[in-house]
Amino acid sequence: MLANQIGYYSLILGLLFSFLLCVVSIKDFKNNNKKINQNIFILSFLQLSFVIISFLSLILSFINSDFSNETVFNNSHTAKPLFYKISGTWGNHEGSLLLWLLVLTLFIFLFLVKSSNQPKKYRILTLLFQQMIIIGFFLFVLITSNPFNYLFPIPKEGLGLNPILQDPALAIHPPILYLGYVGSSIIFSAALAAVTQNYISKEWAQHIKKWVLVSWVFLSIGIMLGSIWAYYELGWGGFWFWDPVENVSLMPWLTLTALFHCIMVLEKRLALTSWVVILSITTFTLSMCGTFLVRSGILNSVHTFANDPARGIFILTFLFILIFLSLGIFFIFHKENNKDPSNFFWLSKETSILINNWFMMYFLSVVLIGTVYPIFLDVVTAEKISVGPPFYHKLIAPFLGPFLLFMALGPKLKWIKSKVEKRNSLIIFFAVSVVLTIFVLKNLTTDLLFYTVLISAAFFLFFTTLNELFVKKLNNISQTIAHFGFSLMILSILFNSILSSEIITNIKLGEKYNLNKIEIFFERIEEKKESNFNSIIGHFKITGENGKIVELKPELRIYDQPTMITSEADIKTTLLEDKFLVMNLVKGGEYFNIRYQVKPFMLLIWFSVLLLSFGGLISIFKKKYEK
Amino acid sequence: MKNKFNLFIIITFLCFCFAILYKGLNNSNIYSPKFNNLKNIPIFKAKDFNSNLFVDSKKIFEEDKFYIVNIWASWCVPCREEHSLLMELSKNKSVKLIGLNYRDNLDNAKKFINEFGNPYAQNLIDNEGSLSIEFGAYGVPETFVINKEKKIVKKFIGPINEEAAEEIKLIIK
Amino acid sequence: MKILKIFIILFLTLSFSQSKSDDKNDEIKSKILKNIRCLICQGQSVYDSESEFALSIKLIVDKKINVGLNEEQIYEFLREKYGDWIIYDPKLNKNTYILWLLPLLLFLFGGAIIYKNLIIKKIKFKDKK
Repeated sequence: MLANQIGYYSLILGLLFSFLLCVVSIKDFKNNNKKINQNIFILSFLQLSFVIISFLSLILSFINSDFSNETVFNNSHTAKPLFYKISGTWGNHEGSLLLWLLVLTLFIFLFLVKSSNQPKKYRILTLLFQQMIIIGFFLFVLITSNPFNYLFPIPKEGLGLNPILQDPALAIHPPILYLGYVGSSIIFSAALAAVTQNYISKEWAQHIKKWVLVSWVFLSIGIMLGSIWAYYELGWGGFWFWDPVENVSLMPWLTLTALFHCIMVLEKRLALTSWVVILSITTFTLSMCGTFLVRSGILNSVHTFANDPARGIFILTFLFILIFLSLGIFFIFHKENNKDPSNFFWLSKETSILINNWFMMYFLSVVLIGTVYPIFLDVVTAEKISVGPPFYHKLIAPFLGPFLLFMALGPKLKWIKSKVEKRNSLIIFFAVSVVLTIFVLKNLTTDLLFYTVLISAAFFLFFTTLNELFVKKLNNISQTIAHFGFSLMILSILFNSILSSEIITNIKLGEKYNLNKIEIFFERIEEKKESNFNSIIGHFKITGENGKIVELKPELRIYDQPTMITSEADIKTTLLEDKFLVMNLVKGGEYFNIRYQVKPFMLLIWFSVLLLSFGGLISIFKKKYEK
Repeated sequence: MKNKFNLFIIITFLCFCFAILYKGLNNSNIYSPKFNNLKNIPIFKAKDFNSNLFVDSKKIFEEDKFYIVNIWASWCVPCREEHSLLMELSKNKSVKLIGLNYRDNLDNAKKFINEFGNPYAQNLIDNEGSLSIEFGAYGVPETFVINKEKKIVKKFIGPINEEAAEEIKLIIK
Repeated sequence: MKILKIFIILFLTLSFSQSKSDDKNDEIKSKILKNIRCLICQGQSVYDSESEFALSIKLIVDKKINVGLNEEQIYEFLREKYGDWIIYDPKLNKNTYILWLLPLLLFLFGGAIIYKNLIIKKIKFKDKK
């Protein structure tokens, strides 16, 4: 009750501080002092604190199961474990928007603290642009999705959190994802500020690169957590469904990746200035666009939140205000520096980074068009189409091969002008990759040519980066690790898709099922009662071809609040393969439908994403970009 | 000059996007298929509900009458809602009701008919649901109106209500 | 050292290769089912769903394969009954030219820009000199 009031009024105070900050910083902007007014720091800190207070009080309401709060009533239940009561805070529309605000205010405060060596006017402008976004979101929260709506009479019991969201990976997924997804707002504000101040320079590149990398690392890990969740909770062993919600998080990731590559060119050569600015603006615009697509209910997806047209219209308008504003600023203030363009020699690091950007933008266009095209078509012609995995695979896979090759060769080149060094070893690596791939794939797949190109390119990157890791000194370790991680990821995903095998069958208690030397034995059933659900656990003994017996215990959970049956897969993970078993009730019989899958290299996929992020992490703490 | 031209194009494009997305927001999200009117009825063979003998679709639809194909199941709750309306429709002489018993247990289905009455001139068994797929159905209940030229002229997804029943009556007049 | 690694990888992949079932029909069937949207579910494919609708579709796809229809014919059959919405793989027709070709055009366009800025500008610069 009290927490509710405190939370609500802290939000309003936070909004007031936004206006106050704007006034004070505009005053300070005109002032000729060298240093930023100390008050700005204090105000920004206070704003952050109020958002934190508001967030904490929502958490408190959730912990106390205070059903006078509408959000708590809709998304919680007294019988839920504490952990999921807390994670329920951001598992819904209103609470997650509060998390947005938290990240927005946190990042601007950190930015102010960390940018003391930057020009004052630039910092103040960044603050102003960020406050604009913050005000927009405060208004959005307060007007359309207030998390502290009061309910009377107070219900006795809440409606409960959707059972598929009650999961540890998904509990930490939103905060981490948002640090990257919303964190890109600071890049947006900083880029706009730098353009107005004509401060797109090597120093700026060096300073903003850290923020780009921070967002990128969090976004990568956040996406991975989402995938892990989808792997064992949603799906039948799939981990990426090209669902609009997944696409929406992938798009900013692609632009961020492109951005921190070409920011290096800016840092080194003071070239590509406009492009860097455009990318910085695009990244956050895509984040906003994604929020619009997911929250407005315009899309049909697994994860759509409850929709309310007012929300959609608000975000849409806000999104386009931001786009037009940044467009205006860009066209009015931005001066392209037409410095000596001949410096771009075709065989140079710059060119290879341009090629990276070229491919990244292509992938982005595929994902973006694939996601929004059905909406456009529906509005224009009233015809509905589905754009699913085959579309993305067909358009992306053929380009992945060359992309991987460039990724292997690019880092070998030097700035300005270079020759390919160690040509022989590269050729050897290439030959080894191709031979190896053909040998491995020979009797595996029907699509020989297609996979050969793709996998040998991935192997090539794998070997060259591996070689780098062992042979070279540690001067470019972050890049090598990240590229190595990427090659590992592509390889494991490809081999995973080629080598996965599955058995789907209906089985009775006590029955044995044999196929291809694999035996599945349904041993017994166990029933259990937990605080928020009843579960039926099946005990299965599976004998593999090698005679090894694995015991798997998939589960059916019957949740009461809300009533829903979910099936929990049981997964035995080993270094090289996952054994995955999930069961389902078959209507009106004693049979259970089971799916048994052997999925190789799953662990390697997660591990490679971690490697990728780790590469980015090293780069953040590195003093300077070497060579 | 060139810059201004670019700016103009970008702004036009963005306005277009805004308009589309704005309109898209107001569109309903529930997918109702664009129903191409006047589809031919599928050709099939199915088991009769009572005699358990195979009947040909040509035989079923041979009379010069309107037909209503209704997909139902005893386990489907909304089917009970619409049942009285179906009974009423079946009294109409210019129309023949054909039932498709969707993925059901035959005993339960027979109980259902005994309890609530039989509106169907002919009832067919669709154990696998494949017959319903041939009609382009989503599930139960679903109702198709077929005219004298043996084309599907109307389709109702979900239980029919008073309004739908009136509409059907208008068609079969 | 490196050769050893290669052998390890080879060995591993080959040991997997034997487990691959060679039942072609099953493979095609699951490929088809993955490409069909379960119309009464939220964003799931028929393959991933156990709903009544999905079960019926599974049976009918099975039947059609046995009758000898190929993948494209099965999609066509379903499209005719339910519209394009049901298949995840949009067909190239007047509705989807933009969808399929725009990304490719953008790719070419991007390449042209890079080419222009790299090569042409460079030549101009040389001329000035």
